Amino acid sequence: MSRKPNKTAMALRQKGSSVLAAILCILIGLVVGLAALFIINAEHAWDQGFVRIIQGGFYDFPYGVGRTLTNSAPLIMTGLSVAFAFKTGLFNIGAAGQYTLGAFGALYCALILHLPWYLCLLASALFGAVWGAIPGIFKAYLNINEVITSIMFNWIGLYMVNEIVYARGTGAMYDVKSTRTWKLVDTSPESVIPSAGLSELFHTPSTTIAIFLAIAVAIVIWVVLEKTTFGYELKAVGLNKNAARYAGINEKKNIILSMTIAGALAGFGAGLLYLSGGAEWNPLNTTTLPAMGFNGIATALLAASHPIGTIFSSIFISHITVGGSFLPTRYFPAEIADLISGIIIYLCAFAMLFRGVIARKLHADRDIPDANAEAAPQAGKEAK
Amino acid sequence: MAEDFVIEMLHITKEFPGIKANDDVTLQLRRGEVHALLGENGAGKSTLMSVLFGLYQPEQGTIKKNGQEVRIKDPNDANALGIGMVHQHFKLVECFSVLDNIMLGVEPCKAGFLQKSAARKRVVELSEKYGLRVDPDALISDISVGMQQRVEILKMLYRDNEILIFDEPTAVLTPQEIDELMEIMRGFKKEGKSILFITHKLNEIMAVADRCTVLRKGKGIGTVEIAKTSKEELSRMMVGRDVQFAVEKAPAQPGEPVLQVKDLTVPGRVHKKDAVRGVSFTVRAGEIVCLAGIEGNGQTELVYGLTGLEKVSGGSLTLAGQDITHASIRQRSKDGMSHIPEDRHKHGLVLDYTLEKNLVLQRYWEPAFQNHGFIKQGEVRAYSDKLIRQYDVRSGQGSVTIARSMSGGNQQKAIIAREIDKDPKLLVAVQPTRGLDVGAIEYIHKQIVAERDRGTAVLLVSLELDEVMNLSDRILVMYEGEIVGEFDPKTTTVEELGLYMAGAKKQGKEAQ
Repeated sequence: MSRKPNKTAMALRQKGSSVLAAILCILIGLVVGLAALFIINAEHAWDQGFVRIIQGGFYDFPYGVGRTLTNSAPLIMTGLSVAFAFKTGLFNIGAAGQYTLGAFGALYCALILHLPWYLCLLASALFGAVWGAIPGIFKAYLNINEVITSIMFNWIGLYMVNEIVYARGTGAMYDVKSTRTWKLVDTSPESVIPSAGLSELFHTPSTTIAIFLAIAVAIVIWVVLEKTTFGYELKAVGLNKNAARYAGINEKKNIILSMTIAGALAGFGAGLLYLSGGAEWNPLNTTTLPAMGFNGIATALLAASHPIGTIFSSIFISHITVGGSFLPTRYFPAEIADLISGIIIYLCAFAMLFRGVIARKLHADRDIPDANAEAAPQAGKEAK
Repeated sequence: MAEDFVIEMLHITKEFPGIKANDDVTLQLRRGEVHALLGENGAGKSTLMSVLFGLYQPEQGTIKKNGQEVRIKDPNDANALGIGMVHQHFKLVECFSVLDNIMLGVEPCKAGFLQKSAARKRVVELSEKYGLRVDPDALISDISVGMQQRVEILKMLYRDNEILIFDEPTAVLTPQEIDELMEIMRGFKKEGKSILFITHKLNEIMAVADRCTVLRKGKGIGTVEIAKTSKEELSRMMVGRDVQFAVEKAPAQPGEPVLQVKDLTVPGRVHKKDAVRGVSFTVRAGEIVCLAGIEGNGQTELVYGLTGLEKVSGGSLTLAGQDITHASIRQRSKDGMSHIPEDRHKHGLVLDYTLEKNLVLQRYWEPAFQNHGFIKQGEVRAYSDKLIRQYDVRSGQGSVTIARSMSGGNQQKAIIAREIDKDPKLLVAVQPTRGLDVGAIEYIHKQIVAERDRGTAVLLVSLELDEVMNLSDRILVMYEGEIVGEFDPKTTTVEELGLYMAGAKKQGKEAQ
């Protein structure tokens, strides 16, 4: 009878150790960041440096917070993309490429076809889905490691999109003056995601309902993974492909579906950013993949691949990145925020380790239930 | 201390987080004796041996060699003290010859050049002296499991080890090979070598051991002289209660054929040639047909073909009148096939899922457990609680226990509960008691017989001849992918089966 609360307590403790591990990563990251600030400029390290990073968007309220929210939306999506694939045992390092394709899909539908924003968003998801599905198909039918194919598809996607958008300066989506794609607000205002008053609230040009869409998608993904037979199958394939097969689950289908959905999520993330009107695609940038794709890996890791956790980790990473941009450039390079998030991300790899240690510490004072209690004479008591 | 102990492990305590694997265990090995170490799974046998072999450091306790306290920090120390071990899973280099494997690590060299002839001379001498027949030039990948084991033993002898540890050495051998091994062990004893023999099998202990130390849940229960004890007493010490050895069962009343296998051919996964070659047999309702054979003679592939894990390349399968030769795994399951897989970690369970999720692994898609793709959490929990109660599956936190944290016996019970509760027409049970202790084995045997009595057709694949003789109503022996004989357990003997399993004899084509 006293077992019931004990069970929930156990579950809470397991969740708790994940959260604690993430917080520990963040704290260590901040401490190292602080040390770096002191090394660069000890005089201003605290008030002009560290405090501003911690304040993040709040340093320039409400504008900064608006920017944090604008940046969070796509980051949540790429984080979800990576987290979702992780659950199926796949490492989607191709979020950057899927994001690139998603950006292209959204901008094409907006700038050329002048479609309304929701159709543009749908297109961004579709383009991303295709780019995710291809490595999935290779993985399922030819057993080619998805990491290798997705990395190659990242670059294939980037060059392809840049080539189409730029077309030696003649591309229909390309504005020669700004060397980027046309400004969405001028060219196709109907394709901009509605702001619902958020832009006025935060005094930014590009804070839209995108953040709410991203949070909604995260909740949907959580429900799919936790509450549906589809999620059950996906996770079974991820945790033990052989057992899934034994149970009659079509693991090939699930691998492809998982990568397709992961791709759609990353693509959708690009749609959320570019259709908010805050950024334009620069096709002349041929050497770097969108950072959003790789930061997605970080937020997924920090959230231990939990869809809801991804919301918080993404907002946090955006928060300190925006904080970094407010650093006085006289004293500090803005990249110091990247350094801190880099350290936190690096520590995320240890998050698993921390989680184990924390779980053990939390359990140490508790009696561990004897999992090895075999059938023995005291049977009656346990079986009720 | 008048007694001549070659190794003493005194009051050894070894803790892992949350568990005392060894709790004040004392084991004293006399010079020139065969000393058995008996215990259920998880009783701490392997931990104790790992402590002796230097793989773990104990928190408390001392180890003495010849009365002198020693510290064994790693396996090299163990080796220097003359302690050798034949592991359950052999540690041999497949693409090396027998001779190369034996001298690996202690190669005789002169100015950096190998002196193979000296090594060969020694190996031949040793193999003649102890009757360990090996071909020094054969590659490991080409020789039988029995010979591989002899290579492992020669490795110990070549290193002049005088304390020989055998970790469950008979699991992979035929009855004839087991007899041979027992003979070899007696030979070692005569030479004054001391043997530690880890096993679950009481018959072997009675046959060869002088004394036996029993562990239960990490504690040493005691050491007994084999001459003054019985199988029953040993099992009582091991489990803590009385155990039935013979399975009680009424004569079978076979009904309609449920599974019909005709000329089934299944390709091998490693080699080009077929692993199962034109096998035909029938399993009827209410009977247990046992497929006996030495590991690697096509049983695994036959089961894969039967259950759909592998595509068959020829022949046909009929389940209750329906052709299922090319049906999907899910379809076969729907048609009434249950499968207790050979490898419960690889196929049987999603180890990182909770127990309740594992218990619905074969039926989560049924309307009883889902509604428009949403899992009915409450129904799953209720069903899982019911199975846990009914089949007495023990775990730390009931339905929400992660399967990985459960003991092997309870994991297997969970699988059996899941597969039997489906009310199958055909139950394919592959080595359902592998690696389990006598208590769990007894339970599982009872469940299988009960299932037969309910009218289920049971196909049991087993490597344990005791199990085969005890449980089956008919025995089919498989050798090199073919069925080489059919037997009635009441009229055959273990020795006769052994001859067929080793390929020494073969019935005509009448095997059906």
